Amino acid sequence: MISTEFLKEKALWARKETLNIHRLAPETRLASSLSDVEIFVVLYYGGILKFDPKNPSWEERDRFIISKGHGAISLYPILADLGFFDKSELAKVGQAGSFLGGIPDTMIPGFETINGALGHGLGVACGTAIALKIKKSDSKVFVLMGDGELFEGAVWEAIMFAGHHKLNNLILIIDNNKISMLDYCRNIVDLSPLEEKFKIFGWETGVIDGHNMESVYNSLKNLKEKKSDKPEVLIADTIKGKGVPQLENDVLCHIKSLKEEEITKAIGELK
Amino acid sequence: MNSAQSKTMRDAFIEAIYEKMRENERIFFLSADFGSPALDKLREDFEDRFINVGIAEQNLINVSVGLALEGNIVYAYAIAPFITMRDYEQIRQSLAISSQVRPVNVNLIGVGAGLSYDVSGPTHHCMEDISVMRLLPNFTVFSPSDRLLAKKFIDYSINVRMPKYLRFDSKALPEIYDNINDLKIEEGFYELVKGKKVCLVSTGFMTHRALKAAKELQDVGVVDVFMLKPVNEKLLLETLKEYAYIITIEEGFIGNGGLDALISKVILDNQLNIKLKRMGFNDKYVFELGGRDYLHKLNNLDEEAIIKAIKDFAV
Repeated sequence: MISTEFLKEKALWARKETLNIHRLAPETRLASSLSDVEIFVVLYYGGILKFDPKNPSWEERDRFIISKGHGAISLYPILADLGFFDKSELAKVGQAGSFLGGIPDTMIPGFETINGALGHGLGVACGTAIALKIKKSDSKVFVLMGDGELFEGAVWEAIMFAGHHKLNNLILIIDNNKISMLDYCRNIVDLSPLEEKFKIFGWETGVIDGHNMESVYNSLKNLKEKKSDKPEVLIADTIKGKGVPQLENDVLCHIKSLKEEEITKAIGELK
Repeated sequence: MNSAQSKTMRDAFIEAIYEKMRENERIFFLSADFGSPALDKLREDFEDRFINVGIAEQNLINVSVGLALEGNIVYAYAIAPFITMRDYEQIRQSLAISSQVRPVNVNLIGVGAGLSYDVSGPTHHCMEDISVMRLLPNFTVFSPSDRLLAKKFIDYSINVRMPKYLRFDSKALPEIYDNINDLKIEEGFYELVKGKKVCLVSTGFMTHRALKAAKELQDVGVVDVFMLKPVNEKLLLETLKEYAYIITIEEGFIGNGGLDALISKVILDNQLNIKLKRMGFNDKYVFELGGRDYLHKLNNLDEEAIIKAIKDFAV
């Protein structure tokens, strides 16, 4: 059993590191990378994902496809901390010669796919899930998607497909931060009732508070161990820009860059 | 040249895939609800490795990529304009861009090159595929002119672990290559008729028109380009520099990156003293109805128009 206190400390640290990266590379999508921190922390430090930092393409690893590519800046410090690459790389994000860009790509050890354009990850994960089943592999496929991505039609092709093929080795986590680039998702095209939509497409569903470490940990652990005959989706209700009050209350936080002094202040206020 | 009608390129190629699937368990065939007589047997005998994703080309590409990332060889099959353009972003991000770092073997089989779906109208005509697919780095673009060449591509499709687009005609065409065993796919083209001053350079169905037109005249060469990317430019240069006049003929839009661009590049890069004329479709879709011969006549792409072009251009 992993202590949730340890996981909470890791989340606090990851947010701080994410803000430090943003200081170096102001074009990084900060708010999107703060809503999914607990999810990353639990997956990597909570014993959920199987991985080998020294061999990122280890055959027995769980596949983790991050469909909301821009929101994975907070994963950089985690991957460095675990040894996927050297920690000194974190001081070079977005700089000439670095492989850590504003949007992650497959040059980075530990990233399975490139997802600058949204709405592709789940379909790719469906193919991977079938391949693993045919190999009779125990590995699972995890996908992280933003709720705004659900506006992409191709996502629904994949949701239908996964349900139809009963891809029970596929676990989708939705970082449901409820804000797209220009507005709240509900004002653009209302996605609710989201859980019911997945249910009628043949998925097992769960809804949690994506910032409550106990909930995130228990739900993911349960999903990983549970035997179901359906693909599973965990809708994690989150706050875009979580931890930085200046972002949390701003519907336009997606493209917001913080100034030097704002970052220092935000780090000081993190809890 | 054997003028007898034979089976379609897709049936010849799918039969070759079928044979390979018997010995290689890593081969998958995905369709966007698109069939062919040869596919029926494959669907039945390999039901675990045949997936119909439905009329969902975007998912067709993504599922193919997921399978291929696990080391499988994937064939994805749909109508040419839809498999190239409905899912262009999936192709760009998860095949063209991704393969530069992590190569995957996905073969997109598009059926219905040019006007092969003649009476189905402009949505089913495919005039852009050569340009849009050649544009993508890390892609191979294969455009055979007969079913023997299509079938010959099977080993290349398995051995070269990169994304590819296979541009097939939907109609059964006469066989051109009676020397298919000696032909090398990597060379990318073949000089079917050696001429003296004028050379017709064509791809796919238009090679059949070029051959007929050349037959009516003396000393007109015909070069069939079946690999539109990558191009063996050095070898192509050796062949083309023997001519003073070249006419490119393609069933696609000209002046926008098609076969004509490929040949222009070879001429320009090597400062060749060759006059070039381009035949194909101008910047307009074809709404007129009729068979392929009729539509070609309307657009100055029938044999008569080609013969006239040679006479006007090179005499």
